[in-house]
Amino acid sequence: MNILAVLIPVSLILGGIGLFAFFWSIKNNQYDDPKGNAERILSDRYDDSPDGD
Amino acid sequence: MNAETPSMAACPACVALPDKGKLLPKLDPGEVAMRRIELSLPTVHCAACIAAVERRLGHRPDVFGARVNLTLKRVSITAADLPEIEDALIETLDSLGYPARPLDSAVLAKSESEKAGRDLLARLGVAGFAMMNVMLLSISVWAGAEGYTRDLMHWISAAIALPAIAFSGFPFYKSAWGALRRGRLNMDVPISLAILLAGGVSLFETAEGGDHAYFDAALSLTFFLLIGRYLDYKTRAAARSAASELAALEVQKARRVGENGEELVPLDALREGDIVAVSPGERLPADGVVSWGDSELDPSMLTGETLPQAVGKGAVVRAGMLNISGPLKIRAEAVGEETLLKQITRLVETAESTRNKYTSLAEKAAAIYAPAVHLLSLVAFLGWGFATGDWRLAVNIAAAVLIITCPCALGLAVPAVLSAASGRLFAQGVLLKDGVSLERLAEIDFVVIDKTGTLTTGKPALVNESDISLQDRSVASALARHSAHPLSKAIAAAFPSDLEIEDIREHPGFGASGVLNGIPVRLGRADWCGAQAGDQTAVWLRIGEAAPVAFLFEDQLRPEAAKTIAALKNAGLKVHLLSGDARGAVAHMAREAGIDDWTAKATPAEKVEMLTALAAQGHKVLMVGDGLNDAAALAAAHVSISPASAVDASRSSADMIIINDDLREIVKSHKIAVASKRRIIENFSIAAIYNLISVPLALAGFATPLMAALAMSTSSITVSLNSMRIGRMK
Repeated sequence: MNILAVLIPVSLILGGIGLFAFFWSIKNNQYDDPKGNAERILSDRYDDSPDGD
Repeated sequence: MNAETPSMAACPACVALPDKGKLLPKLDPGEVAMRRIELSLPTVHCAACIAAVERRLGHRPDVFGARVNLTLKRVSITAADLPEIEDALIETLDSLGYPARPLDSAVLAKSESEKAGRDLLARLGVAGFAMMNVMLLSISVWAGAEGYTRDLMHWISAAIALPAIAFSGFPFYKSAWGALRRGRLNMDVPISLAILLAGGVSLFETAEGGDHAYFDAALSLTFFLLIGRYLDYKTRAAARSAASELAALEVQKARRVGENGEELVPLDALREGDIVAVSPGERLPADGVVSWGDSELDPSMLTGETLPQAVGKGAVVRAGMLNISGPLKIRAEAVGEETLLKQITRLVETAESTRNKYTSLAEKAAAIYAPAVHLLSLVAFLGWGFATGDWRLAVNIAAAVLIITCPCALGLAVPAVLSAASGRLFAQGVLLKDGVSLERLAEIDFVVIDKTGTLTTGKPALVNESDISLQDRSVASALARHSAHPLSKAIAAAFPSDLEIEDIREHPGFGASGVLNGIPVRLGRADWCGAQAGDQTAVWLRIGEAAPVAFLFEDQLRPEAAKTIAALKNAGLKVHLLSGDARGAVAHMAREAGIDDWTAKATPAEKVEMLTALAAQGHKVLMVGDGLNDAAALAAAHVSISPASAVDASRSSADMIIINDDLREIVKSHKIAVASKRRIIENFSIAAIYNLISVPLALAGFATPLMAALAMSTSSITVSLNSMRIGRMK
């Protein structure tokens, strides 16, 4: 059971990284235009301002 | 997609720097003031549209950045702060094939509402993260961990869960507290109580080394309910942006003729006795008397009549009428509060204030649900407490009852359906101003529809083509070619002609004259061409001294109108045509569209009366209309729809707007509304069934944290999946 002492912190840290990435993506306007993002990937033009500004 | 079409330069800066695409040097962003402009682009729908719009705007020297938002169907532009820049940009987009409308950027500024959305999303993220971790830890407990291991798991869970429920559940606590302070119960009261009680009891049990901790239940409750809350927010944000799009109306101005020529003044600066100039194509800003000029006025938006009125000096005219042919000067007689326009606005306000408050399905469900849950849990607490004398067990069971009955599914049932349905409608071209209108639309049993501009196109078309000789056609066309009058344009478009007529002269308000092979020819109003004006819209042609020939015009039924009416009747709805136009025209259109009941010559007030009378008979009426004369009726109806071509007043008092101007959307929207209501009720039933099974178990004290977790997740998932089906309806 000693392995738990390693695994639990590891799982928490990994989850924490995910949560941090989610906060970062909210902050960068990534949920403002989901439909546009779905379509933009089809365009071969380089997207100069993916964060919407 | 022709991205390189040159646009008409409409602003002084563009005349100085003619727009020739990439070759132009950009204005230096350091030198000019910049402004953010938001335009609504209802027709963008694909990757190619995005690229075309952004590239074309990027080529303008006065644009520093353009970004299309496909979800909101909008483009946000950073441009030089030049006068009239907005109009120039709109023209560029129009020439590209994307009709654009200005939005009030002050209203749309990254505002409170956007912050609220991000806030909810962040809370949702935290709840999701915490739920998954606690769930993992709980699995070992459910699998049979005992003693120290179990306590350790509980303590770690507590360390994650307590901060998370404090942060994520905040919107519920706030709303519940608000309701309690006013002495009411809303859905959030049992929710908050369940979350807090679950957290509290679990902490106590953990400290005492007990068997059951409900941390995971408290968190998944928060998580699922936040999803519902977020969907709800999304729907309302879309509705709000629709409403603000409609509120961003053009500022009403009038051209006042003063001593130093004409000046543009706001409408409310107009005084009685002022002289106002009105060009062809403009609407009259005030009631008054014509003091100079001859023209024809189109009263259709005001009264529903399609026959243009010929006016000359001394004629009494009404604000809101459209000037068709010649420039006019009008002495304002009634301004501001006294105009017909304002009277209609007052009618709208009265109608809105008397419209009864609608109790939505969610509110009805909450009204039954909230007291029932509290009562059950209190009964469980007291029952177990007195029966066994073990108050710790009693609190545990009361918490289990609250958690198990807690409305995960109930909180998701309505928002999930409404967000799926309003998304579906928006994709189809229908704007919903608020979710409740969908429930109202599902209840209708009667449709009242306006004629001019709603059932018909509002654009007259030639009807007696076969009665006109070939020669007359080409003479008329040659004369009409040079005129901007809508009827002339229709003639010129209908009969291409290469005839050359000499000495063509426009006679504003009357028509055009010319000389053909030495014979004078005239095209214009009946009395000017020596004919007797009939009861139909007509243009007359006179060649020399020959008898004048009439070109008769009629407002045309929309191509999809008859099908729409048939479909509405098939759906079991009664249809009534309500118009302000003359009896003959209304009867004719009613017959063509297949409507049996009709009313003609109805004033705006009579329209409202009719709707009130129908409501008094117990009918739930859908009103469809577009004119100023319909605005009050739209506000008085149970639910109302306007086509996008409607006047501003109507668009702002209608509950739904058909953006793509296709009447068939009424039928489709009604179907979606009925389906949505059925889904909501199904969802409530699903939630009720889960409760029927689990509540007795919880009351009997058999509920375990594992059961709570299962019941909660399965019911939420079933309800969400059921709601999604709206988006897949054919």
